[in-house]
Amino acid sequence: MTDSWRQPRRLLLLALGALTVFFLMAPTLVVVPMSITASNALTFPPEGFSIRWYEKMLTDPQWSNGFVHSAQVASLTAVLATVLGTLAALGTVRGRFPGKSAVNALVLSPLIVPVIIIAIGMFSLFVRYKITGSILGLVLAHTALAVPFVVINVATSLRTIDRNLELAAMNLGADPLRTFRRVTLPLILPGVLAGGLFAFITSWDEVVVSIFLTSARFRTLPVEMWEQVRQVVDPTVAAVATTLLAVTTSLLLLVLVVRRQAPAR
Amino acid sequence: MTRGSGRRLRGGGPIVDRWALLAIPLIAFLVAFFLVPLIVVSLRSVADFPKPTDDVFANYGRFFDSAANLRVLANTFWVAALSTVVCLTLGYPYAYLMNIVRPRVAGLLLIAVLLPFWSSLLVRTYAWQVILRDTGIINTFLLDWGLITEPIPLIRTTLGVMLGMSQVLLPFMVLPIYAVMRRIDPEYTKAAANLGAPPFAAFRRVFLPLSLPGVLAGSLLVFVLALGFYITPALLGSPKDTMISQFIANAVQQRLDWGIGSTMAVILMGLTLVVLFVASRFIRLRDVFGSLEES
Amino acid sequence: MSGRSRPWGAVPDRPALALRNLSKRFGDVPAVDGVDLEVRQGEFITLLGPSGSGKTTTLRMIAGFTLQSGGTIEIDGVDMGHVPPYRRDVGMVFQNYALFPHMTAAENIAFPLQMRRVGRPEIRRRVADALALVKLEGLGERYPRQLSGGQQQRIAFARAVVFNPRLLLMDEPLGALDKKLREALQLEVMHISRQLGATVVYVTHDQDEALVMSDRIAIFSKGRIEQLGTGEDLYDRPASLFVADFIGESNILRGRFEPAGDGGWLVRGPWRWQVGAAAAARASLGGGAAAALVVRPERLRIVGADDTGAGPAVVVNAVEATVRDVLYLGSMRKFELVLPDGTAAVVRQQRGGGAHERRPGDQVRLTWAVDDGVLVADPHG
Repeated sequence: MTDSWRQPRRLLLLALGALTVFFLMAPTLVVVPMSITASNALTFPPEGFSIRWYEKMLTDPQWSNGFVHSAQVASLTAVLATVLGTLAALGTVRGRFPGKSAVNALVLSPLIVPVIIIAIGMFSLFVRYKITGSILGLVLAHTALAVPFVVINVATSLRTIDRNLELAAMNLGADPLRTFRRVTLPLILPGVLAGGLFAFITSWDEVVVSIFLTSARFRTLPVEMWEQVRQVVDPTVAAVATTLLAVTTSLLLLVLVVRRQAPAR
Repeated sequence: MTRGSGRRLRGGGPIVDRWALLAIPLIAFLVAFFLVPLIVVSLRSVADFPKPTDDVFANYGRFFDSAANLRVLANTFWVAALSTVVCLTLGYPYAYLMNIVRPRVAGLLLIAVLLPFWSSLLVRTYAWQVILRDTGIINTFLLDWGLITEPIPLIRTTLGVMLGMSQVLLPFMVLPIYAVMRRIDPEYTKAAANLGAPPFAAFRRVFLPLSLPGVLAGSLLVFVLALGFYITPALLGSPKDTMISQFIANAVQQRLDWGIGSTMAVILMGLTLVVLFVASRFIRLRDVFGSLEES
Repeated sequence: MSGRSRPWGAVPDRPALALRNLSKRFGDVPAVDGVDLEVRQGEFITLLGPSGSGKTTTLRMIAGFTLQSGGTIEIDGVDMGHVPPYRRDVGMVFQNYALFPHMTAAENIAFPLQMRRVGRPEIRRRVADALALVKLEGLGERYPRQLSGGQQQRIAFARAVVFNPRLLLMDEPLGALDKKLREALQLEVMHISRQLGATVVYVTHDQDEALVMSDRIAIFSKGRIEQLGTGEDLYDRPASLFVADFIGESNILRGRFEPAGDGGWLVRGPWRWQVGAAAAARASLGGGAAAALVVRPERLRIVGADDTGAGPAVVVNAVEATVRDVLYLGSMRKFELVLPDGTAAVVRQQRGGGAHERRPGDQVRLTWAVDDGVLVADPHG
């Protein structure tokens, strides 16, 4: 296709692409220089250099608690979502049962249903069982939101495995459980890990549902940020934003590394 | 794959009912913690009333009676449609570019799309705040260079909301379109050229129609997601730009009016389902999600 | 593993594999429709046929991957009815090798031994032996993706034989290799199997491969075995038009059979060709039946149009033909001719046969000895 192109058209496309990349990535990076400004306000270009906003983030109990809570919730969510999601992926890809498309729709629906509806619904239900403002409530909620990503990743991994490998293992004497342990599981492990990381990221960055399910005592970092962002113009928020971004980006790069480890067929 | 004791399905072959059981924990979990909340919301829309009344649909009546509510609903649709158009305008060429460059470069372009996809929505919207504020980057830049004398209102405008939403939604447009484009056999355009079609005609008559399923899938995804946006219009929009999610949050949190809040939630849910249903006449919904898998 | 190793309990006279009225339906479609087969110990038998003929489905039923709809499978006299694949003790080589990508070659080969709880020192020894058997010593620590296609093939083979299975199943294992490599491996597989004394059931659609490697061949068509026999049986005495057409090239003359004494005649319009007693007996067709005479290309002779007889002793059939094409194929010449009614004919001649130089357009006669004609039923007659 490239041979039939004339230069101007292609250059235009490239320019537009570059512009789009800039549009996609640059605005977000603004928070980074903001977080190291020496002044009290969010002026640009940032005046001076100071890391006191990071210090404030780590020392101010409001922020540091939020950090800890976020980490706790995200880790537990990652574990729970990975377990439930991996099992479900195995069940839907390998299992045969009627109504599979309905189950698939159910599993993916947290991605499509507007999150505010999920938020007030869960709030309504969790209030009754008094699990708002607790780790349990948040983990349950975040897991429901994160699990579609796990299922998608593991299911894709499963589908790309050559079925003959499992047949070969059985032919060579491995019963279904040993086949799964020795052949299937190692081959889907990158998918499982990637799914787990995506689940962590989803929980780590989750705002809307968390707004409803947190309380003054138990807040996650994004909720803390949300409260601040609408009122105070404090560069600490920029430091928090940068931290959130840094964690997410490193985890994403980790996913890319994990994916690359997937053994060839 | 083993000779299980399950019932034999038609079509023969060993049945593996055992595998199916593995899906049960998640199904139970989602029913309990996802479906039930949605049901609770629906029920509250016909059970929670500020004043006792016999009319089950009193809340719905209240909603549709208010012009302000209808304006918000209309604005939600409008903003969603606008976002879809903007994302399509930027997203299609981007996907096309990804399709024609070397695999290495395409990979980089893909990462450029995926990184923001996974970054926190709040962080990104906050960043736009910083950029678009009256004392933000753009205005500071323009003022310092003497191009303007007063800050241009960029935040608390529809433009601001559009910028914020488009940036977030763009990956959802690019990925499905790219997924479809990848599958288009390059031989088709070559054949068109061989048959005498100049490049643009080959594109318009051959490539574009073949990429249409991706366009529809991406547009559907963006539109449906845009309907439910909350954070971005709340931070970047003016009261005029309010979207229905904000109304819902406001009703529940500020006014504690669960009746109207859940009613609006049901209406939003209903609209989403209607859009999905109408779209399913034209495209296979499976393809929409398939493209997400491919990322 | 070297030498004649027979799995324990193998009785010399009992068939290694017995399929009795085996069938498999997918919905309404019969993929395998009543297959009977007995394979002797140490025999190399090939299931040959076009795609969709049921040969692969049959193999998968023997392996236990697919449950049969009807009939029985006996391996070494034991009914495999409800035995799951991992307890059948048959070795299988897959078309795409199915080597575990996350294990080294040596680990792949060790896998079945681990499943049978063989001790580690013995595993090491047997894996080394297996690698030596397929001449890949030293490559044990490589991963499958680091090996060439031919090498992967051999590792797959080693993995399938290392545990001395009762039966070795091979599903078009050489299909993905180029011609030269394929031919080399065909011989290797044959030799190693013989060396091990293994009973092999081999599936392929390539008739040359079948003819080279097998003791016997079972030709599959539409889920049934059309004919079972040695390569020579199938080539010289095909039992049906399908087999005649599938194996090698044939000249097919269609007509109606008229019995006469021990033999008979094949009649078509103005022509009458004599059918030998043996051929008639084997075909056992009734009078007036639609039939065909099958003559192999190397059995036809080309003589001048006015030549009335081949020679004093041999009784011949004859038919007029026009030469259409003469192809030079290295060691032989191939003539493509056409009969007056449009039927195509093919003649092969070794070069140096001293024949006349024939050119396209020549009018000639084709002759063949009566006993060289095989009579089969014509299902389309």
